[in-house]
Amino acid sequence: MSFAMLFRIAHVFAMLSLVSIGGANAVLPEIRRQVVDVQGWMNDASFADLFAISHAAPGPNIIMVSLIGWQLAGLAGLMVATLAIMIPSCSLAFIASRAIARWSDRRWLQLGKEGIVPVALGLILASGVAMMRTADRDGVTIGISLFTAAFVVLSKRNPLWALAAGTCASVIALHFGALKMG
Amino acid sequence: MLGSPLTAIADGTGMGGTMTDSKGTAGDESEGASRAVSKSELFFGFLKIGLLGFGGIAPWARRVIVEERRWVTDKEFAAILGVGQILPGPNTMNAAVMLGDRFQGVSGVLLCLVGQMVMPLVIVTSLAVVYQRFASIPEVRAALIGAAAGAAGLILGTALKMTQKIKPSPLALVVAVIPFVAIGLLDWPLVPVVVTMVPLSIALAAVERRA
Repeated sequence: MSFAMLFRIAHVFAMLSLVSIGGANAVLPEIRRQVVDVQGWMNDASFADLFAISHAAPGPNIIMVSLIGWQLAGLAGLMVATLAIMIPSCSLAFIASRAIARWSDRRWLQLGKEGIVPVALGLILASGVAMMRTADRDGVTIGISLFTAAFVVLSKRNPLWALAAGTCASVIALHFGALKMG
Repeated sequence: MLGSPLTAIADGTGMGGTMTDSKGTAGDESEGASRAVSKSELFFGFLKIGLLGFGGIAPWARRVIVEERRWVTDKEFAAILGVGQILPGPNTMNAAVMLGDRFQGVSGVLLCLVGQMVMPLVIVTSLAVVYQRFASIPEVRAALIGAAAGAAGLILGTALKMTQKIKPSPLALVVAVIPFVAIGLLDWPLVPVVVTMVPLSIALAAVERRA
């Protein structure tokens, strides 16, 4: 593959990195627009496949971008896409971290952190519900989501147990014809 | 903590200041907030977060950082995640940068980021290779559907648990409900909601503290 391709990958994802307030889920529509419509790198179906795979793997959802890079230009593409999506936003976070540390004794900064807490809670709650709205298609999947949420709140055990149970329940439901596919 | 010139910079500006501050803001639940975290702890902590992080890593980051290893309190974690949310980039990646910098300066940042990304990258590319062959099997698709539903519940449960632990004031609860409804239920764009709610919430916190 050519350097021109790698350069385009770097350019597209570095730009996305700078506007990606809210992380991968929030900028997903913009990633799709760039990759499918503007650059014409793949069609909608391949994009949807990459989305599903990146959500089945552990780690930050932004690894979807790495996977796109890998699909386009192999290992070099994966590295370039990953660095391009990480470096701009991480640099900003680093500057913010230093600024917060430097002015941490100021009243306005303490108030700022205090004020951010409830908004952050609301946003995490919102992303849970938003994910349920895309992931849940029927009673079985809604049940799996609610069971997992209850497990996290009520049990001290590792939530991987709940995830494993949900995955098994889904496969079992498929066998009894209770799971809506497609 | 001693050693490289980079961490010396962090000691001068970051460490001392943030640590005492984290105690100040955490207030009621300050134990554990002031503990030092070594470079290898940071790397392996984030390696674990990355490995466990099915369905997005915020819930797992909270579990490892707050519950298991007590690097920071729930409240401090929410504040870091909140700052990470306003900045561009995934909030948990920004949180990794800020935690790495707080405890070990620049090298801490790099260790947290590499730790968080390395296993997920290996796994996702392996999955992509495997998927090409097994995508047509219904059980595989059903498992993916079930895992996605569980992951959504995981995030929901984590938000509820954090709320339970932080015990926000009634006013703060009202503030939390607004972005939840606007983004989670009404699909409003994130940026204007955050830009409106953060200053409002800070103003209310100031009023509440004075009262």
